[in-house]
Amino acid sequence: MKFASALLILVALAAASMFFGVSDVTLASLSAGDGKTWLVLLDSRIPRTLALIFAGAGMAVSGTIMQMLAQNRFVEPSTAGTVESAGLGILLVMLFAPGLPVYARMLVATFFAIAGTALFLAILRQIPLRSALMVPLVGIMLGGVISAVTTFLAYRFDLLQSMGAWTTGDFSAVLRGRYELLWLSMGLTVAAYFAADRFTVMGMGEAFSSNLGINYRRVVMLGLVIVAMVTACVVVSVGMVPFVGLIVPNVVSMALGDRLRRSLPWVAMLGAGLVLACDIIGRSVIAPFEIPVGTVLGAIGSAFFLYLVLRRNSRAA
Amino acid sequence: MIRIEQATKRYGQTCVVDGVTLTLPAGGVTSIIGPNGAGKSTLLAMICRLLGMDGGAISVGGLDVTKTPGDVLARRLSILRQDNSLTARLTVRDLVAFGRYPHSKGRLTGDDARLIEEALAYLDLKPLADRFLDELSGGQRQRAFVAMVLCQDTEYMMFDEPLNNLDIKHAVTMMRLLRRAADELGKTVVVVLHDINFASCHSDRIVAMQDGRVLCQGTPQEIVRPDILEAIYGTSFVVQEIGGKRIATYFE
Repeated sequence: MKFASALLILVALAAASMFFGVSDVTLASLSAGDGKTWLVLLDSRIPRTLALIFAGAGMAVSGTIMQMLAQNRFVEPSTAGTVESAGLGILLVMLFAPGLPVYARMLVATFFAIAGTALFLAILRQIPLRSALMVPLVGIMLGGVISAVTTFLAYRFDLLQSMGAWTTGDFSAVLRGRYELLWLSMGLTVAAYFAADRFTVMGMGEAFSSNLGINYRRVVMLGLVIVAMVTACVVVSVGMVPFVGLIVPNVVSMALGDRLRRSLPWVAMLGAGLVLACDIIGRSVIAPFEIPVGTVLGAIGSAFFLYLVLRRNSRAA
Repeated sequence: MIRIEQATKRYGQTCVVDGVTLTLPAGGVTSIIGPNGAGKSTLLAMICRLLGMDGGAISVGGLDVTKTPGDVLARRLSILRQDNSLTARLTVRDLVAFGRYPHSKGRLTGDDARLIEEALAYLDLKPLADRFLDELSGGQRQRAFVAMVLCQDTEYMMFDEPLNNLDIKHAVTMMRLLRRAADELGKTVVVVLHDINFASCHSDRIVAMQDGRVLCQGTPQEIVRPDILEAIYGTSFVVQEIGGKRIATYFE
């Protein structure tokens, strides 16, 4: 089956990610019981690989939900002000309560992400949308305004360097004990599947949902919370992972359509695979140094975004 | 029975639906006609709780539409609107299957599967069942949405201009289908129509609206008359009886 073979490729990528890096981890040294190799594997390689899978799956599924929320193909958490709002939240925690544990930091970031995304949706309702492209433009501008505020504050309080930690997704610092938040993100991603039908109906609009007896506002709120929380977890633990939420949902939608009950497993898997592959590329291009995965994704993602925009326009939808 | 009392909807200063009081008995086909901006679609949307009211009360089959939970209403009444979004890319069968959502909450039973296939067959959609909606023509898409409403299988079915985009054959088929739903399955069908001759030939009752009010109502025999139509639409009509049906022409 197609799904099974795709799963196999994902497993192969994950395996590659485990054995790839500065410190040599080989099957031989593992079976020889070499303590240092096991330490690298358990404390660094496995956490990093899991973090990549969770973040990739989470951001891709969030992108899908986001697109159903905004009823627009071009949005994802990083083009809707979600990521930037989470960043602002993290910065404010650094300023006012630097001692907060990571879970509390995530909750504050979630709160800001919900507020920012709700603001984005509210703006969409207020302005007349003449073109589908207006939607991501509004989101990118809103994100720009929010991150300008963040940058200004960071500049005034000498925190510009720490900002780098969440503006560019980077998995090189992932170690055991520093990525566990992403398990929560994965849990939410799986939970989203149980509301898959409702999210599909939500994508058909408020009247359509009401006719089928679905409480539109409640589903929108559920979607918002899932997207914001997943984004916050990812941004707090590894930084912004851009474009996954844009590329993967669109590719899957073209091939399989948007009945999320059928397509979400594919979205999650391809999201994980894409981030894994990009991270491996980032690790190998200038080895032994690394290019952050956010940079690799940014390069691939912006090219894909252009393709999507041009393709849409030529079809005159 | 649909009971509407003093239903009112305002947008700013303009009253789109202005204190409409109307009772539609259960069963049969009722057409709502009237010029653009008469408030037909707004009234229909309020009956189906898609729009809130600024005043008045509406109950469908004894259920107050503003107070009854949405999922209970979804098993009693269904509506097809004029503008249907296509953001979610669904196949025709996926869409029709969502008509069963109020009953099965996504876990389709054998009965559901049978109803889905029946609805597809009714609307001539079998060959298109696995195509995506965005790959279809406007008329084919319209039929898919109607099939979904049919699949929802509610006692009350409302259609807002279901003949939009349909060619002559499919328009006639659609009206016959609504007629059959009322006659054979005992459904109560309410339909907003622009074509008064379809209203005249296929409905039991016609409700004429103008400026947010009900101007008059009655059987096609009572409503399809030159003087009344002129009062509704503000243009002159010639009405002829052809094969027992009253046909209005207004082309000169």
